[in-house]
Amino acid sequence: MTVGKKTIGENVFDVSNTLFLSFLCIIMLYPLYYVAAASVSDGFELMRHTGPIILPLGLSTAAYRMVFNNPMIVRSFFNSVYLVAVGTTVNLIMTSFAAYVLSRKNLYWKKALMIMAIVTMLFDRGLVPFFLTVRAIGLMNTYWSVILGFAISTFNMIIMRTYFLTIPDSLEESAKMDGANDFTILFRIILPVAKPVVATMVLFYGVARWNGWFFVMIFLRDRLRFPMSLILREILIGNMADTMMGGEAAGDIGDHERIADTIKYATTIVATVPILLLYPFLQKHFVKGAMLGSVKG
Amino acid sequence: MKSTSSQRTDGVALLQVRPRMGQRGYGAMLLKDLLRNRYVYLMAIPVIVFYITFYYVPMYGLVISFQRYSPGRGIAGSPWVGFQYFQQFFSSFYFVRLIRNTITISVLNLIWGFPAPIILALLLNEIRSGAFKRTVQSLTYLPHFISLVVVAGLILNFSASRGFFNDLIAMAGGTRIAFFQDPRYFRPIYIASEIWQQAGWGSIIYLAALSAIDPELYEAATIDGAGRFRKLISITLPSIIPTIVVLLILRMGQMMNVGFEKIILLYNPAIYETADVIASFVYRKGLQEFAWSYATAVGLFNSVINLMLIVTANAISRRVNDTSLW
Repeated sequence: MTVGKKTIGENVFDVSNTLFLSFLCIIMLYPLYYVAAASVSDGFELMRHTGPIILPLGLSTAAYRMVFNNPMIVRSFFNSVYLVAVGTTVNLIMTSFAAYVLSRKNLYWKKALMIMAIVTMLFDRGLVPFFLTVRAIGLMNTYWSVILGFAISTFNMIIMRTYFLTIPDSLEESAKMDGANDFTILFRIILPVAKPVVATMVLFYGVARWNGWFFVMIFLRDRLRFPMSLILREILIGNMADTMMGGEAAGDIGDHERIADTIKYATTIVATVPILLLYPFLQKHFVKGAMLGSVKG
Repeated sequence: MKSTSSQRTDGVALLQVRPRMGQRGYGAMLLKDLLRNRYVYLMAIPVIVFYITFYYVPMYGLVISFQRYSPGRGIAGSPWVGFQYFQQFFSSFYFVRLIRNTITISVLNLIWGFPAPIILALLLNEIRSGAFKRTVQSLTYLPHFISLVVVAGLILNFSASRGFFNDLIAMAGGTRIAFFQDPRYFRPIYIASEIWQQAGWGSIIYLAALSAIDPELYEAATIDGAGRFRKLISITLPSIIPTIVVLLILRMGQMMNVGFEKIILLYNPAIYETADVIASFVYRKGLQEFAWSYATAVGLFNSVINLMLIVTANAISRRVNDTSLW
């Protein structure tokens, strides 16, 4: 084999390629590392520090104690968990219904239904009319506004449908012989076989629900219902000290200022950790899903 | 007279014949389909209700861009004003600025952001060690999953006068910059953060195309004495060019479609001059200033252009590559 022989040029390329990609990894990871390191740093040292952080500046759990004792933040965390759990369940049911219907053969209205779905990808419904519609239905200030309003992502639905189309008919035909109806076939036969695409959907929808902030912002009025993304926005973008301190303005102002930055970082970590924890488990699936998305439906 | 009467009798005759044919043919077929697939249609009902309620009712609601809409009077009671709001937009100073910003951000994002995942995929493809390759992939996909609120928060934090970026500038001997007070810096920051967040994710599709290349091609080239660079030029690149072309064309179809979520998290009035795009303007006018009809008109104008662009892009893609969205 000639593969073993490498020219000097190839060696130089391999080494610099590895170095470049390693550097890229550092760039990808460093912002998160910075936040993590800063979140456990001592607030006072962090304030005085300039430049990159290599190691936490003096260990302190003060910021996390503030975060976990802040009823608003804790509450919003569980609001997000609820929103993700219910929202993703609705997404899965509705998306698999749609994908199942559109993957049937010999369905007279299939083409019309397909067009109905595709048109929504091509033509924008308009932000203001969508808002007015949701308001007119009476979903303002409820989680249902976003849970139902985004029950199906047509893009995800087409990924799922593409996968369903690859499942051999023979599987369901025997069940049909036994008199199973389509609901049984979907839930007992198709979905168990389609585990990779279901996992992809859980990841895509779940992450979108967890991270989503814009539509919850315009639909929810009651701060008690805010999910974590909105509280995070108040703290990170709006710099709202009240939200950070959990409303207890009492005490030494300087003390609060000192800890303010570390609270920002700690809240960011609390909001991001659930995704980081799920990430390794879901990674093997979403790559497949992302590729399915590129296959024509 | 004669001809009309004969036409009418023809019509009557037709009317008499058609339904009967329908009952036996078309109608019977529909009924049979409905009965045989009754559970499938039962499943379709919530889906149809969803699409009608949250897509088609709002699309009907787009008519308020031709009205002086007020929520109290509703669509039925609001007076029609024709193209007044469109004209107001076209003659406002925002028109040129918004179009310029939207296209500039799109084009810059295309020039810098489009090649990034291709280069990343090609570099990853040259890595021999599977473990290293997987690690790089995992880490570069990761930013895609991080919340926009966090990303925007980090950008603002790092760009602050005492933030990380300015610390680096100060350490290198420069003077600190008020990044978000000066319109010049918005675009570079926006584009760079887009690349940071999306380059890894975007490389997946190219890596898939690369992994589909027949290894025998490389073996044959090796036997013929081709070096690695030669193989890259003659085998690797040509095999991902169809993917590149399709994605490039589809991207062209999104030229006037710049998302507003990241922009409205980042911008402030001091940098509207470069940061404000059509979508962010629609949000601000419609949902913050409650100019319902005006904002809807601006949004509708943008949607129509987007539709034309995407249909054109798809037609080109179909011709060039035999690949289309639908």
